[in-house]
Order: sequence, then structure tokens, then C-alpha cells
Amino acid sequence: MSVFVNKDTKLLVQGITGREGGFHTAQCAAYGTNVVAGVTPGKGGQDVDGIPVFNTVKTAVKETGADCSMVFVPPAFAADAIMESVDAGIELIVAITEGIPVMDMLMVKNFMEGSGSRLIGPNCPGIITPGESKIGIMPGHIHEPGGPVGVVSRSGTLTYEVVHQLTQKGMGQTTCIGIGGDPVNGTSFIDCLDAFQNDPDTRAIVMVGEIGGNAEEEAAAFISDNVTKPVVGFIAGLTAPPGRRMGHAGAIISGSSGTAQGKIAAMKEGGIHICEDLGSLGDICADVFSK
Amino acid sequence: MKIHEYQAKELFRKYNIPVPDGGVAESPEEAAEEAMKLGGFPVVVKAQIHAGGRGKGGGVKLASSREEVEQLAKDIIGMNLVTHQTGPEGRRVKAVLVEQGLNIDKELYLSVIPDRETASIVIMASEAGGMDIEAVAEDTPEKIVRVHVDPLAGIQPYHCREAAFGLNLPYPVMKHFNPMLTRLYKLFTDYDCSLAEINPLVITKEETVVALDAKINFDDNALFRHKDILEYRDLDEEDPLEVEASKYNLNYINMDGNVGNMVNGAGLAMATMDIIKLAGAEPANFLDVGGGASSEMVENGFRIILSDEKVKGVLINIFGGILRCDILAKGVVEAAEKTGIRVPVVVRMEGTNVEEGRRILNESGLNLITASDLKDAAQKVAEIVK
Repeated sequence: MSVFVNKDTKLLVQGITGREGGFHTAQCAAYGTNVVAGVTPGKGGQDVDGIPVFNTVKTAVKETGADCSMVFVPPAFAADAIMESVDAGIELIVAITEGIPVMDMLMVKNFMEGSGSRLIGPNCPGIITPGESKIGIMPGHIHEPGGPVGVVSRSGTLTYEVVHQLTQKGMGQTTCIGIGGDPVNGTSFIDCLDAFQNDPDTRAIVMVGEIGGNAEEEAAAFISDNVTKPVVGFIAGLTAPPGRRMGHAGAIISGSSGTAQGKIAAMKEGGIHICEDLGSLGDICADVFSK
Repeated sequence: MKIHEYQAKELFRKYNIPVPDGGVAESPEEAAEEAMKLGGFPVVVKAQIHAGGRGKGGGVKLASSREEVEQLAKDIIGMNLVTHQTGPEGRRVKAVLVEQGLNIDKELYLSVIPDRETASIVIMASEAGGMDIEAVAEDTPEKIVRVHVDPLAGIQPYHCREAAFGLNLPYPVMKHFNPMLTRLYKLFTDYDCSLAEINPLVITKEETVVALDAKINFDDNALFRHKDILEYRDLDEEDPLEVEASKYNLNYINMDGNVGNMVNGAGLAMATMDIIKLAGAEPANFLDVGGGASSEMVENGFRIILSDEKVKGVLINIFGGILRCDILAKGVVEAAEKTGIRVPVVVRMEGTNVEEGRRILNESGLNLITASDLKDAAQKVAEIVK
């Protein structure tokens, strides 16, 4: 088992004819992901490595039965692309694009209310169920299929570091989800924790947060009330200066809120095992998860 | 992106949001001229820097004659203004805003910000105007009125009424306040602001509302559609190394320590800073070269770190995903050949094409220290700068 994606997921790529979109589509297909379609307005009828390209998401869905979309559209047009997928009834939309204006995401988030679609990201590495389906830009080979660990993170390369350590210690992963580093995003920590709690194959969870906002605090409260599986947590940004945006648009300490210290305290309170030294995360997980 | 108060007030004027009459001056003579254009004294002379707390720092003064304006402007222009937001090094003042004094009856607080948790736009208003709003939120949260606006429907008259009644405004003032708030919201959404703040918003004895101060921050991600705002950018208000980094699309923040570091990805960059600290040293910067960095970007990033004189050692931590290790290695070698490496450099690489990357570094003849993992890397660099 896994969460949100598996070997049956039929992927469509928005922006497949772009440089990044094309490169990563090939990587996903090589990993074994079932890529059924691409969408680039004006390039309908062409194909990319044998994958048919359509002008609109609606036609692509009608022709291929795609149920998941990966968005590689540039920031100025990404909100439009996400909403097009929502309107076409796509179940899972994974938005890789970095740099979408906040105002656009506020619109998308409200537009999606009541729809049947789930959004992961934006500004995220994507989601992978090792050995089954890779939808995103993460290096596939560092992952180990079969579980038992579910990983959820706001970061990209930091997640790779975490996964790499897990794999090195012999702990495979059920599903790894990068929920993205933007202040306004789709799927939350809580959505993922809930899914992992309900997935029988996921027996332990790693949660990677960072400064800014209060998603980690809310997740900690949720874990305390609803999650019975062991959770190891890591928070990046203990040394971050207040008021500065640390690369990710969402990683900013405002006043006294959003600090790493506050998040770590809340997570400890929620019963999460905190790893304070990223270099030891694999060891800590091995220790906590073996109990 | 931040702009100056006088620039924010230009935008307010464009949106018909009342501001005091006044003009900006870069010399004492210009300041005196601006003062004489106003209807009489007193006038206010305000230092223009990108930081709050200017009044307490001595950057805002009242003048009652032409001579006094000239003297105050002389004192303020060129001064190093230190406030709680500038840090101890302060900010050099290049210009002052000279404004008409007002008959103030009451000072209010008003701002518009996006709310990430509810995906809405929030209007915050308070009768505790002219004060540090974060302190008000901490000590007397009941004094802050919050009105959430659905970004799809936009601001409605009832939102304004909720704010106005929450501020206990008398009816004659409300007639001015409500349309003003609607226009402020419009400015906020038209220009992709991340903050539009008026502190204080004053009610005059004549029962009108005037924005005595103005602060606007913009969403950097949306600047591509606001070319006119980009013209407001003041590079003198930014760290020179950060300005240099921004030319190459590098996310760089200058800090106080002596361990330079270069990382791909914002989260891993923060975590790398944290682990440097945990190993007993202090990071000199935050530098995320990004997921899709080219070897030119890596080269420029490395050069910027090395040009920072306080740096005594460098840690390069790359987890190759989209950015392949061989690309990183090429960038490092090129930068080293062009600028020379004056401090020890510890390299930790993992992920895509790591073997090829290691080979390039090994064969470069550069004196690089390789680390087996993150912990090893942090300990090695901390040992060097000790």
C-alpha cells in the first residue's frame, strides 16, 4: 500500500514540451511511472518520446483517462494551469513550479474549495511511491521500496538527505511527499499524516518542517490526538535571522511566530521524537522505529 | 521587496488615499524649499530608510521655521540611523520627507496582509495606533480587529463596516474611512503586496482620515508583472553581496559568522547552517544555489562567498537531484581557477552523478577537503575556523 499515488496512477504533464518538463517527464517514465499524456496549448497532435501531446487538459483526460497531473508551467501561468486541471476533474495535481505569486495561490486555493481535486505543492519536489510511481523531480535511486516509513516534508533536497539516510540504514519508504515551501499550498502536513495513519503498510513517519507559518504546530496537535504510529521530526532554520525570507517564500520568521524553537517545542509536546542534528537522523529513526 | 515611505505615499495618492502634503528632499536646501511650498508651519522632517522605529531613533522631527527645517535636514541626511529594525550598524539616510503638520485627534492602526492559514486577505485594524503592532498583538490582542476577505469575491461594504465599527469610528469619519479602506485593498491586490500598512492612520480634528505613515512590501514572485514598482528598488538599502547575488538569481543572505556555505535547496541550506552551529561554529551566510543551477551560478555563488572577508572556511553541501554533482564540481573548479581559494574548503556531495563530480574535484589539483557525510563535513569545517 501507499498514499495518493501507486502503480496505477496515470500521469499527464502540463508543460511537457518545456526544457524542465521534458527532462523530468523522461526521468519519471524511466522510473516506471505510467505517463499517458502531455499538455501544451498549441502543440496538440505532437508527441514527446511517444507520449501524445494535447491542447487542453480536458481533451487529454477524455482521450487517455489521466487522473494525475504534474505541473511544470512557468510561474506566471501556473495558477491557470492548476485551475484547468481542477476543472477537468484531475484527482491529484502535483505543482513543481517555484515562484507562483501569493495572490494567484490564494485564488487557486479558494477556487479548489469543494472540488474533488487534491493539490500537492507548489514549489515542491513532488511525490514518490518507491518502486511504483515517481511524480516529481526527486532522484529516484535514493529511495527504497516496500516501506515501512512515510515521509512528509516542506523541502526538496532536505527530503533527499532524509530519504538517503533512511535507505542507508535499511529503512524503505511507503510514500514520500514534498508539500512545498510556499506560504499558501495545497496538501498540508495534516492531510499527509492522516493518510499515513490510515495506510497499513506505513508503520512509522518522518516529518520535516522549517521556519515560517504554524503548519508544524497544527500538525503536532493533530499527531497528539490522532496518530498512533511513531513520528520523528526535524525542523530546519534554528539559525535563521528574523524577518528574512530564507529562499523558500514561506520560510520567514515574523515577530515571535514561525520560529524553529517554537515548532520544536510544540512537536515535542505532541509526542514527536525531535531530531536536532540532521547528521544523526538515520540513527535516530532506526532507534525510535525499532521499539 | 520594500520601498520608501515617500514612494508608498506616491502610490497612495494614485489610489486617492489621503496623505499629508509634502515632498522628498536630498539636501537641506531642497528640504527648506519643500517646506515653503506647504501651507505653513509646523512641518515634519522624516528620514527615509527601509526600517521602522525611525521616530525613536531620532529620524523624525518637528520644525516650526525654514531655518529649523534646514538645520534638521542637515542633521538627518547623512546620519547613520539606528532603530530596532536596522540592527546595531544602522542605515545611512539619503533623503528626508518634508510634510505638513496635521491637527491630530486620534491615531489608528490599519493594515492589509495575506493570511496563509485561511487563504484569505486580512484587514487588521486597531485603536492602538502609532504603536508597535506586534507588541499590541502580544499584550492586548483584544484591541485588534481582524476582517477576513475572500480573495475571489474581493472587498465588500460590510468588511469596511466591520472594521469601522470595530474601531468605534464616529459616522462622519466612517464616510471617509470606508471608501479609503476599499481603495487600500484594491491597491494591495492590484500590486501583489505582501503588506500594506498605515501606522498611524490619523483622524484629524476636521473629522477626515489621513495616512500619516505608509509602508508597502511587495511579493517578490509577482514583480514580473509590476515593472513600475521595480523602479522603486533602492540598492543602497540592501547588502552589497546580496545585491550581487540577486543578479545571478541566487538566494543569498549575509550573516555574522565565519563559515561560508553553499548548498542546493533552501531547506537543506537552512539545515546546513544549523548543523554548522551545532558543530560549534557560526554560519557567515545562507546561500541556496537552487535546484537547477548551472555551473556559472555555482561559480558566481562560490565567488561571492569568497569575497566576504569574514569567511575563514567554506562548506559546500550538495545533494544532487536536478543539480548534478558534476555540474557543481565544474563550477567550483572554474571559480577557484579564476579567483583562487584563500580559505580551506570542505566539500560534501551526494546524489546524481556523484562519482563524476568527485572525479572532477580530485583531478582539479585543488586543495579541497572531502567529507563522507553531513556530520563529518560540519565537524571538519568547524575545526578549521576554531
